[in-house]
Amino acid sequence: MHSVRVIPRLDIKGPNVVKGIHLEGLRVIGNPVTLARKYYEQGADELIAMDSVASLYQRSPDFDLMRSVANELFIPLTMGGGIQSLHDINNFLRAGADKVAINTYATRNPQLLSEAMHQFGAQCIVLSVEAKRSGQGRWEAYTDGGREHSGLDAIEWIKRALAMGVGEILLTSVDFDGTKKGYDRELLAAVTACADVPVIIHGGARDAASLTEAIQEGHADAVCLASILHYNEWTIGALKEQLMTQKIPIRHA
Amino acid sequence: MAHLCIVDYGIGNIHSAMKALKRFTQDVILSEDPKEIRDAAALVLPGQGAFEAGMEGLRVRGLLNEVKTAAANGKPILGICLGAQLLLEKGHEFGEWEGLGLLPGEVVHFPALQKGAKTPHMGWNSIESALLVPSPYGRGWREAPGEGQTEVKAWKGTVLEGVTAGADMYFIHSYFLKPKDPSHVLAETTYGGLTFASAIGKGNIIGCQFHPEKSGEAGLRILQNFVALAR
Repeated sequence: MHSVRVIPRLDIKGPNVVKGIHLEGLRVIGNPVTLARKYYEQGADELIAMDSVASLYQRSPDFDLMRSVANELFIPLTMGGGIQSLHDINNFLRAGADKVAINTYATRNPQLLSEAMHQFGAQCIVLSVEAKRSGQGRWEAYTDGGREHSGLDAIEWIKRALAMGVGEILLTSVDFDGTKKGYDRELLAAVTACADVPVIIHGGARDAASLTEAIQEGHADAVCLASILHYNEWTIGALKEQLMTQKIPIRHA
Repeated sequence: MAHLCIVDYGIGNIHSAMKALKRFTQDVILSEDPKEIRDAAALVLPGQGAFEAGMEGLRVRGLLNEVKTAAANGKPILGICLGAQLLLEKGHEFGEWEGLGLLPGEVVHFPALQKGAKTPHMGWNSIESALLVPSPYGRGWREAPGEGQTEVKAWKGTVLEGVTAGADMYFIHSYFLKPKDPSHVLAETTYGGLTFASAIGKGNIIGCQFHPEKSGEAGLRILQNFVALAR
């Protein structure tokens, strides 16, 4: 049975995993390598590791650190942060990434997405969208870790990227991120209604029930979470046990 | 002489296959050199991407005959994802292309799947035994699909030994393996209403459509078995 993925996310700043609320006010959580191993052993189906400030400060991610994270894992790994070129993507892949997530630079230069898909295959390219509510049923795509306006309507931007053939969407709600109030299901529904590729929802995971809602009602293909794992409120194993009771197909690690 | 050689034919993320194999042996190299490949005791054909690009990658490096000769000499060969597809006779991705032909069969695109099943087939899915358990009384029987609990008797002695029925593996593909001989199907997987061969094998020739190096401890077990087989 094809299963729904539970994906922990590491936001990395310097040598540390950090976590904030609405992508701001970052607190240090711990060592990326230690946390990657911990979540792998808990049964993570995939891992996302993002350099959360590379784009903002226009600097290269620490590829050696990313490689150390990759070495702990025998599951798929998505990496991103500050990607501006095919060269950057190649560096992430060499560091052990299976997929790369692109946000900021693609909103300014969508051509990068098509070039990247042509070079590395669509399955390798994840469009990362940081969506912030701008009105009733409307969201704007933000960039640079939820700090800058792109001026793009998030849903229109996603449709455009889908038409270009992007392989997967990592959808972050800036409004819900770090708040632990459950995922933004309205945003999720708006995206899954038009997406013919997997959608990973991120931002706001509260407990197993919030995951269940996103999967059963929002039709998320994967749920991404950080805070509730980082602060040891839940383990991936405990979440999956709860999902099983709701008849959601999950992987038995 | 290297024990294991990962054949580098210019395709895909080879790093992860190397990292996973190194859990079980340090005697593993990555090479595109025909001589090193000839000298290896066993070969791994990794890869992702298009069928034609894979065959072309082998051809321009002068490796087609090396791999075929190794197969004929009984050396264990493990194909992963595209590497598994290349083991068959023909691929139908962007045209029709000749494969290595180490096992009879073809590689074809997913047909129209049930609603909601997206292509590519990407993510975790379970594998079930497609082999018959030998029986002294007749044809043998097929084991029931499992929920990751039961050991599969039919997999004993194959690279899947010790993997439980219904174990989840990581897939990413739009084309699937269609071997001609049903006895070459070691494991099957169902996606969007379609059941396809997810692991194939005959003697020393083995192919996994999924990525064992990306499939957690269950996938690592397969690589461990392969390393042991190659000794």
